Amino acid sequence: MSKFKKKTGTSQNIPTSALPDIIFMLLFFFMVTTVLREQEILVEQKIPQATQLQKLEKKTLISYLYIGKPKNTAMFGAEPRVQANDVLINTKDIVLWVNQEKDKLSEAERDQITISMKADRDVKMGPISDVQFELREADARKLLYAAVGKVQN
Amino acid sequence: MARKKGRLTQEVNAGSMADIAFLLLIFFLVTTTIASDKGILNILPPKQDPNQPPPEVLLNERNIFNILVNANDQLLVEGEYLDNTEKLSEDLKDFILNFGAPDEDAVALFNSLPASLRNRAKRSSDSSDHPMSGGAVVSIKTNRGTSYERYLEVLDQVKRAYFEIYAERVGLTSDQYRALTGKNPAERELLDRGKEGIPMAISIAEPDKIGGN
Repeated sequence: MSKFKKKTGTSQNIPTSALPDIIFMLLFFFMVTTVLREQEILVEQKIPQATQLQKLEKKTLISYLYIGKPKNTAMFGAEPRVQANDVLINTKDIVLWVNQEKDKLSEAERDQITISMKADRDVKMGPISDVQFELREADARKLLYAAVGKVQN
Repeated sequence: MARKKGRLTQEVNAGSMADIAFLLLIFFLVTTTIASDKGILNILPPKQDPNQPPPEVLLNERNIFNILVNANDQLLVEGEYLDNTEKLSEDLKDFILNFGAPDEDAVALFNSLPASLRNRAKRSSDSSDHPMSGGAVVSIKTNRGTSYERYLEVLDQVKRAYFEIYAERVGLTSDQYRALTGKNPAERELLDRGKEGIPMAISIAEPDKIGGN
């Protein structure tokens, strides 16, 4: 009887000292393999500040346009350019791009597409208004001027 | 004796493992930034039909609040030169809530406003008639050479004027009002009650060719 009791006593604690190692291995594995941003930003991005910010609800409806001076001026010139997905596009191609983005959405949501325009603060209004004109042509009229918060005075 | 040995080999000092894990966790918590989609929402006007001229909008000059920004980022507000945009939203609120020549609906709207907003009504004859549609309009016109930063700053102040009016109507602060999502009926109702009768009439004119390319 006493022997029997002893046996159960020893087998009760399972060695768990290797558990953190396993968790660590998993953590490192996912840290190494996850890609946070799949697209490289090719234009300069100093987002302007504003106070009256609004948040958008549905992230799936948002498509991003980046506007700014190209980082690689030797290759793309110093004039502000528009980046959609991961390539620089001409202003004329925006309509095409909007239609491609709309195709990704479901039928019912197509007219709710929102363009988040991340423009550099040094860009002039000329290129911005050209982009806005093209967006009107493409009937993507919800536009978000991306901005970061500023302390309100 | 044999038992003791076994226990010795089993124990691995894992006490500091948790600390290391915590350090890593905190490091990544601090360094990661989750891209948030915040900004100023703007609805563009529908596209123009080239065969049809734009509809003639008959508005009295007093009903339009003109903001001009030139290629040097200088401001001309209602014909007056302004150094900065600080006072702009207060001027705008006075303009929107002027109630110079209200019709019947506008009088009803005026009576529904809280006293703090009603006090703003100067009833001046050279400012807006009423804030309802067909009344006060804020017009922003830029050059092609105006910087985007300045344009956004002005638009920000215009939005601020409207949001502060909306928030005051429902007894919230402007920040709280903007944080309303409209997901549940109670929030929806607050949003609608704030906006009711005072549409955000911001007209953004096509920039003219000066100072840009």
